[in-house]
Amino acid sequence: MEAELKGLLSDLQSLKDSLPDPSHQISVGKIQARLEHLKLGNAQRSKIKDMSAEVVDSNPYSRLMALQRMGIVDNYERIREFSVAIVGIGGVGSVAAEMLTRCGIGRLLLYDYDKVELANMNRLFFRPEQVGMTKTDAAVQTLSDINPDVVLESYTLNITTVQGFEIFMSSLKNKSFRPDKEGTGVDLVLSCVDNYEARMVVNQGCNELNQTWMESGVSENAVSGHIQLLVPGETACFACAPPLVVASGVDERTLKREGVCAASLPTTMGVVAGLLVQNTLKYLLKFGNVTPYLGYNALKDYFPTMEMKPNPQCSNAACLERQKEYILAKPARDAAARAKMEAEAFVEPECLHADNEWNISVVDDSDVQDSSASSGALPEGLVHELPSADEFQKPPASAETTATPIDDLEDLRKQLEALNAA
Amino acid sequence: MEGWDPTTKSTLTQIPLLSVKAGPRDGGAWTQRLKEEYKALIAYTSMNKSNDNDWFRISAANPEGTRWTGKCWYVHNLLKYEFDLQFDIPVTYPATAPELELPQLDGKTQKMYRGGKICLTVHFKPLWAKNCPRFGIAHALCLGLAPWLAAEIPILVDSGMIKHKDDAASSNES
Repeated sequence: MEAELKGLLSDLQSLKDSLPDPSHQISVGKIQARLEHLKLGNAQRSKIKDMSAEVVDSNPYSRLMALQRMGIVDNYERIREFSVAIVGIGGVGSVAAEMLTRCGIGRLLLYDYDKVELANMNRLFFRPEQVGMTKTDAAVQTLSDINPDVVLESYTLNITTVQGFEIFMSSLKNKSFRPDKEGTGVDLVLSCVDNYEARMVVNQGCNELNQTWMESGVSENAVSGHIQLLVPGETACFACAPPLVVASGVDERTLKREGVCAASLPTTMGVVAGLLVQNTLKYLLKFGNVTPYLGYNALKDYFPTMEMKPNPQCSNAACLERQKEYILAKPARDAAARAKMEAEAFVEPECLHADNEWNISVVDDSDVQDSSASSGALPEGLVHELPSADEFQKPPASAETTATPIDDLEDLRKQLEALNAA
Repeated sequence: MEGWDPTTKSTLTQIPLLSVKAGPRDGGAWTQRLKEEYKALIAYTSMNKSNDNDWFRISAANPEGTRWTGKCWYVHNLLKYEFDLQFDIPVTYPATAPELELPQLDGKTQKMYRGGKICLTVHFKPLWAKNCPRFGIAHALCLGLAPWLAAEIPILVDSGMIKHKDDAASSNES
């Protein structure tokens, strides 16, 4: 491409030199300028070894490294060590991927089985000329142009199928990017999928791998969304309680649901992607408060937040295992917290009140909130999306024995085939 | 179950409920679950046949019973419209329902996700969540696919989006 452009430019130059009429020369000059511009646009920058804080126009990281100078982040360059897996490269996932790419994240793992369609153009990131490409390929194309320093891995598969799930799990476990890292090969999983089934699959995988992840979602009517942090064993998992969604705040019956399955807006999706990546940066680079749950109601400009404890009766077996481990690790966690407090309390503040007639003491917030179980009352503006499973009642035993006495899988299969053939 | 017609309700009560909570990654427990799935499907299929309301064929496409393929059909104005039916059993089954696909109708109706997955969000997902793990494939067909076909096929036919196979053949010849 570049060689071709160069050739074109030199041809134009010789044409210009041989033209007798100066008025023609001006228009040829204009064409030359446009070609030069094209040539510049095509030049992809080369990889950068170390992030520099030097403030020059040519440094893509100067404004990010300034976060250190401003005292927000201790060590920004650590971002290059982190791997983030993004499941679902749609309206939220693709924008989140672009944000992390521009932030100079070390490695991105992208999962999606869909293709880019013209119907996606009301959202950000994908371009009309990418229609027909897989979302993962199109994303890699754009992201590697924006920032060639990021290691990109794309997985075109459906994680809810048995086969897709196996590849998903082994890709998360692969530690070749940073062999000395503890746990899995990724620092965070971001769920940017658009359906309950896929979220439950991400939940299953992360519970099994003891992998911290963040969930994100935009409502089908495009006017609300949420993000949620899930730490297996420590916070509620996605199966601990029916999923929480932000109520629209207007009578649900007045919202037309006929026809289209889902509406979408680039605004709501962009906001949710922004909230998600903001929380990701805070979690990875350790600054500010990492939110456990943040909702967004676009109709009422309302941002509910809450915390959810795991459900001791969770239906997910891996979640219960993680909960057990978390409780067992409590003494070690307390000791570490004490040591940290002691280190911080090195400069002991003066005692403000020598006598304490009423025995007033400061109680840790986290101890008081223990009663707020996952099934507890919800803050205003949040509702459960699905009902909980009813208490399991054993079906009457008599019906079971009389219906089909056969109990061999192959015989049952043949019986169904016989019915199908009849 | 408010808002469901009495026929669907009475059919539903006659499909055996399942009890094993196991998915395709649960080894022996999945085999037990698969047996229950077959029993429920056999009961539902024979019930449909005896009530002269036969409307689908479904069988496992692999020995593990994680992929299912078949056909379903719907009669509208005395004409029979038949479609391929397929779905995978998700790894989180039965906590999540199978996503039923009618690939031939992909892109023809708004009440469908890409790949031909029918939209079940409003009428079916809450019921499935409430009845986990007692509902199985047979229940998904009865409460998910059947009402979807009843609502969508007449609209698709009347709007000319789908044509009866005889019409399609004759118009091709002319």
